[in-house]
Parts: sequence; C-alpha cells; structure tokens
Amino acid sequence: MTKQQANWSPYDNNGGTCVAIAGADYCVIAADTRMSSGYNILTRDYSKIIQLADKSVMASSGFQADVRALQKVLASRHLLYQHQHNKQMSCPAMAQLLSNTLYYKRFFPYYAFNVLGGLDNEGKGCVFTYDAVGSYERVGYSSQGSGSTLITPFLDNQLKSPSPLLLPAKDAVTPLSEAEAIDLVKTCFASATERDIYTGDKLEIVVLNASGLRSEYMELRKD
Amino acid sequence: MFRNQYDTDVTTWSPAGRLFQVEYAMEAVKQGSAAIGLRSKSHVVLACVNKTSSELSSHQKKIFKVDDHIGVAIAGLTADGRVLSRYMRNECINYFYTYESQLPVGRLVVQLADKAQVCTQRSWKRPYGVGLLVGGLDESGAHLYYNCPSGNYFEYQAFAIGSRSQAAKTYLERKFESFMDSSRENLIKDALFALRETLQGEKLTSSVCTIAVVGVGEAFHILDQETVQELINEFEIAGEEAPVAEPAAPDQAGVAGPAAPDQAGAAEPAADDDTLAAPGDQGAAPMDM
Repeated sequence: MTKQQANWSPYDNNGGTCVAIAGADYCVIAADTRMSSGYNILTRDYSKIIQLADKSVMASSGFQADVRALQKVLASRHLLYQHQHNKQMSCPAMAQLLSNTLYYKRFFPYYAFNVLGGLDNEGKGCVFTYDAVGSYERVGYSSQGSGSTLITPFLDNQLKSPSPLLLPAKDAVTPLSEAEAIDLVKTCFASATERDIYTGDKLEIVVLNASGLRSEYMELRKD
Repeated sequence: MFRNQYDTDVTTWSPAGRLFQVEYAMEAVKQGSAAIGLRSKSHVVLACVNKTSSELSSHQKKIFKVDDHIGVAIAGLTADGRVLSRYMRNECINYFYTYESQLPVGRLVVQLADKAQVCTQRSWKRPYGVGLLVGGLDESGAHLYYNCPSGNYFEYQAFAIGSRSQAAKTYLERKFESFMDSSRENLIKDALFALRETLQGEKLTSSVCTIAVVGVGEAFHILDQETVQELINEFEIAGEEAPVAEPAAPDQAGVAGPAAPDQAGAAEPAADDDTLAAPGDQGAAPMDM
C-alpha cells in the first residue's frame, strides 16, 4: 500500500531575487519587483523589501504570502520591543529575532529566503543571510532567491576576501564606496535578468547610511 | 452606616445597593496627583502634575503612549496604570496586525471598561485602582474618554482627575465651550492654566508637569521640558488673563519627532500610589512611553 500523498501544496514560489552588500558605513539592499507563479507573471511592481526598524531593512524572496505574514509578525514584535525598551531595535537584535521567528515555525516553515541589511551598533554596514528555518550568519554580502545561483559566484569574484593566511594581509570589509556598491548591484541584476526567467521588470535598491534611508529604481528587461 | 459590614469584598452588595470596594477604588484615584485632558476637533492634550516622593527621586510616569494615535494619562495606583497601558498597547498592536488599520479609540475604551468590570464581579480579584484619561484620534475625530475603576467610561470635552482636580474642573467648566474650535496652541495653554489651578499657588514650571499632545498629522508624543517651559513663560508673562495669540516657532520644536522624556534618574522601589519613581528612560525615545 503506497503512502498517501497530498494533492495540493500550501506553498507557491513567487520567484525573484534579493541581494545585499555591506560597506564601511552603508548598506545596500536590493530586490527585483517581479512576482511570478509558474510561467506566469502576477505583477511587475511588487516590493520585496521592507524597513523593519530605523537601521534594519529586510528583503525576502520565495512565497510572498509567507513573506508578508513574516513581515507583519516582525513589525508587531518591533512595536512591542519599542514599548518595552524605549528605543528602536538594533540590526543585530533584529537579526536574532528573525532567526527565532523562522525557527518557531520549524515544522511548517515560512517559505521565505531572507537577507537582512542595515547598520550595526557601531554604524558599520552589516548583512545577515538566512535559510527558511532561521539558520543565519553575518556576512559582507549575500544573495537569495531564484537568481542567487547566478549572482553569488559573481559577487564572490568581486568581493570575497582572500584567505587570512595570505600575505600581505587584506581587509575583510568590502572596500567599495557606496556608489560603487550600487553600481555592482545593478550589474548583478542586469546579468541575472538575462538568464533567470523569474527575475526582471524593475530593480528596487534601498541604501541605508548615517543620513538615513533612500530608495532608487532601475528598469530591467521585461521578458 | 453599614459601610464596615459590607465592604470586605467586592462581591458583597450593601443594603443601599452599593459596592463599597469599587467606591474605595475610586477613592484611590482621587488620592493620586492630578491629570487633565482636553480636546478640540483635531487635537487632544493630556497634562499631569509630576509628584515626587522626595527631591532625590525622579517623578512617577503618568502619561503613556499607547499607539501613534492614542495616549493615556493616569491617576491613582500607577502600577495598575502601567499594566493597563501594556494591555492597551497589545490590543492596538493586535488590531493593527489583523486589520492593518488603527484601533478606534471608542473600541479600546470599551475593552478597557469591560476588563475593569470583570474585577468588580470576581471574589478573588480587586478593582483596578487607577483612573485613565484616554485621548486619541480616529476616523470620527479627536476623542477624550475617562475610564473608571468601576468599569464605567464617559466621553468628555475636558476633564480632570486626581487630587485638587475640582479646581481644574472649575476652570475647564468656564472655558470648555471654546475648546472644540480651539487651536492646538490655545488648547495646550488651557491645559497649563487648568493644571496651574490644581497646584494651589505653587509655581508652575516645566519640571512640575508633563504635557502630551496628539492630533491630526501629529503622532502622540510628550512635549519636552524646554518647549513646555517656553509655553509657560509665554502665558505667565501675559498674566492671569486668557491665553493670547499663537506663538510662532517654539511649538514646532515640540511637534517634530521624538521628544526627550522629562524624567531621568534612578528607579525608586517605593511602596504605593504616585510615589513610585519612574524607571530612567534615557535618550531620544522614538516611542515616548
């Protein structure tokens, strides 16, 4: 007797790609705005990026219904934190909260692939990258979503710090300026759009630095 | 006459049909330091007197931000007030989570009143010993409510609770008809005047009072001490007369963004009432709690 199988799935993949790069005093978080289902495009203008706190911005690809639910939970938890502690959550604190929130649903996960970007307590850029159940790590740059397999190797080539055993010693932090990082992100998406059918339409870039938050857009191929 | 026989627990009626425990709870409200609320068509102002147990301690926190559109001023057992504020905050957060819109003030006060009523009908509970002046804004305009330990609530144009509140109420009764169309600045001035009445001759300075405002296009926030002092100086110079024309720049400082809380300093583990010192909330708080 064969095991009974479900005849429907609670999940859907709405595609899309997210990237984040941390700099010395800034952080760039970007995601495309295409939302798909199978071979169809649901909309060309859907934001995957949300500002959770003063210095924390999250971009998530995957199943957007789960992403939205996750965003609402985090927003409520942040409000609660502000009531209790009389201040905004720091990015590292939000990073831990996101991890815990994801693991909370370990046995019916949020189908969300997240990158959290922002400024740490010292004002330096930080990026945290996650899997669907909350495993996370602070990194200098990251990519998630359908185009990540195309973008990550390219970012490794451009940004990955060499082995610490190498001499002379090289800096681990991304040496790029803010403008260079934004340009790099645009290049990443332009390339990913070419080969990944789920990535395209428009690119939303959010830059977080000491002066605050600003958004930028760039058109991508719509095919 | 029969008070002593029928006042042991809240679930005992007196022959005259009164619940003395509830009335005693309302008495606790009258003992707390004064809190005043007034509202116009577009704004609500909450003001309270800062009572300190000693010169060394910081004063009790009596005004709490509940959400961007609602704030509350309390009088009585401030510990009870703190707990109820936490409840109100949670309700607002949960409502927003479900409906993605602000919890209407009228709904919140009903929930609060029902919560208070429960404590008047359980033998193992006691009534909350705090009166709350809930000021907020929603689609139907600006509102001011008073929530009683008895579980009753009323909407007001202006109201005062706590010790020597009658003096403030007398002032408000004279002026309230003009409040609906009052400007934001005049509303705050009237609040300060009413507050001064409760001080019975003591000098009104910004260290003695706390003022909070919520209005159309203005999230609930507590005004910082400098702004309050500037406002006090303006009307004291003008004398005992009714508040004069709007001031120009100073109010803007109080409106914009996070206001530095007036209270700072060590927490005091005192026993009861308004004498408990506030925990030191330092720094520019985005949420002035």
